[in-house]
Amino acid sequence: MNLSGKKITVHDMTLRDGMHPKRHQISLTQMVDIARGLDEAGVPLIEVTHGDGLGGASVNYGFPAHSDAEYIGAVVETVKQAKVSALLLPGIGTVDHLKMAFDLGVNTIRIATHCTEADVSEQHIGAARKLGMDTVGFLMMAHMNTPEGLARQGKLMESYGANCIYITDSAGYMLPEDVKARIAALRAVLDPATEIGFHGHHNLAMGIANSLAAIEEGATRIDAAAAGLGAGAGNTPMEVLIAVCQRMGIETGVDLFKISDVAEDRVIPIIDFPIRIDRDALTLGYAGVYGSFLLFAKRAEKKYGVPAREILLELGRRGMVGGQEDMIEDTAINMARERQARTQATC
Amino acid sequence: MNKIKCALIGSGNIGTDLLYKIKRSEVLEPVWLVGIDPDSEGLARAREMGIKTTADGIAGLLPHIQADGIRIAFDATSAYVHKANSDALTALGVKVIDLTPAAIGPYCVPPVNLAAHLDANEPNVNMVTCGGQATIPMVYAVSRVQSVAYGEIVATVSSRSAGPGTRKNIDEFTRTTAGAVQSVGGAREGKAIIILNPAEPPLIMRDTIHCLTDKTPDEAAITRSVHAMVDAVQKYVPGYRLVNGPVFDGKRVSIYLEVAGLGDYLPRYAGNLDIMTAAAASTAEAFARRMLKNDKLATV
Repeated sequence: MNLSGKKITVHDMTLRDGMHPKRHQISLTQMVDIARGLDEAGVPLIEVTHGDGLGGASVNYGFPAHSDAEYIGAVVETVKQAKVSALLLPGIGTVDHLKMAFDLGVNTIRIATHCTEADVSEQHIGAARKLGMDTVGFLMMAHMNTPEGLARQGKLMESYGANCIYITDSAGYMLPEDVKARIAALRAVLDPATEIGFHGHHNLAMGIANSLAAIEEGATRIDAAAAGLGAGAGNTPMEVLIAVCQRMGIETGVDLFKISDVAEDRVIPIIDFPIRIDRDALTLGYAGVYGSFLLFAKRAEKKYGVPAREILLELGRRGMVGGQEDMIEDTAINMARERQARTQATC
Repeated sequence: MNKIKCALIGSGNIGTDLLYKIKRSEVLEPVWLVGIDPDSEGLARAREMGIKTTADGIAGLLPHIQADGIRIAFDATSAYVHKANSDALTALGVKVIDLTPAAIGPYCVPPVNLAAHLDANEPNVNMVTCGGQATIPMVYAVSRVQSVAYGEIVATVSSRSAGPGTRKNIDEFTRTTAGAVQSVGGAREGKAIIILNPAEPPLIMRDTIHCLTDKTPDEAAITRSVHAMVDAVQKYVPGYRLVNGPVFDGKRVSIYLEVAGLGDYLPRYAGNLDIMTAAAASTAEAFARRMLKNDKLATV
């Protein structure tokens, strides 16, 4: 694979997807400290939002330590060269949140829908485009749709005004061939001026390989997080991606040693547990389950005595999509009840 | 028994499903179904049932209101045209049940506040949203026991049951529902989330209600109140079912519901459609019973 001379925009996820393993409790000081490091390392775009996007503050997804406005305001004031992005899931956040983010100085808005439901993004993509924002359509759980299906969904988002479409491997399920087929299908139908992006998770350790596969097929925006801080086994680790890109001659504009220092000195000290492929994160990737379900399933295991792995497998079997965190406790209670019924029956 | 004559405006999923429910009513008679697309399936079904139809929108209906004795109209079009529709209809003395998120009239969630609206004889009442009809009775079931600082609802519907109106106006769903979680449900702060799930076979509508109470929840009283409210909703939505809960966790009270429909127009999984139309129909029936009683009084 010769990718020498290709130019990509790396998009940092540490302060947004990284909110998941931090249960949305990153402090303003920590956030500013990491943002400054990323900015100085040359990362061009940094996402700042509740893990579940603008308006994600809730019982269902977790209440953050600070509001979206406080986090965004603090990071916008900190960065010198980097631009700031925000995530929005229609059905959770609204155009009101989008306008708030724009007023605070957010440059890029990413409107995220499940990979078959792009038509719920029309209001939000349209509004962002009207404001002149860099507007991205973000197709989540992309393994659950075919390359052709994704191409149609991406085309819809482009028609609403998106200037970049993402293939988002929310479950960390895809293998490089899956990524290639999906990016290629999008590239074939989108306007040549429309960019394509890839967002990976590392549940099967494919973060880097999948990102390279995406670049090979024409993706120019790649998501990654310092030290991989993100849902499940984390996102594509930024410092590793930068090192690999440097070896392959892919231009990122990010300083390898500076970004690896950010990971080591600023991110690792704030993590609550190692971001690694434990058996539950592995299950996400193996069974194709939404990444941010992980900690909820672990908590349900503690409370209801049903292994997180079994809860996750059941959620996967039932086709649960991003945002259905409420179904984790519900499923755990049902499974605990069934288990009890089984024991009683055999006594 | 005499029936109150009704017009249904909007021939999409909601209007067509509503038609089946009104057709079965003992006190309501559907006379008109109004659409804007002459080829719509809803209009075709209505014609087969012997209902008068027009594809000229509200303009096609207005000249017939008086001659056909229409007293109640349901608007299942969109928030953008509802005000004009409602003004034209109420000017002719027609009571309007609004199934759009326009909400120019007060919110009506039958087991919570229908009685108050009947007494006030409101010219226009709004049915909130499908998610609101499914969840607000539960928020109220908690808040009538003790004060609720925060109420949050998560409504998950199958992709197949979410029509183009819902998809284009998803913000209106979250805003309207959140507002009614407060004003009708009785939570000081309200939040609403809607999720579309494309699984096949389609999943039955799921609704989760999380309340944060001010003081430690009275578990026994809340559990009793929730069960009583489930019974009240089941009277007009038989497929309304408590799956789990109430779960108590500190000051959090969580209630997990499933709402199956009657399968009138869309199949049973579309409980979201059913609870909206069933709530509208039962609201209209209550108004109709008043009208029939008053008519009798007037003629005596």
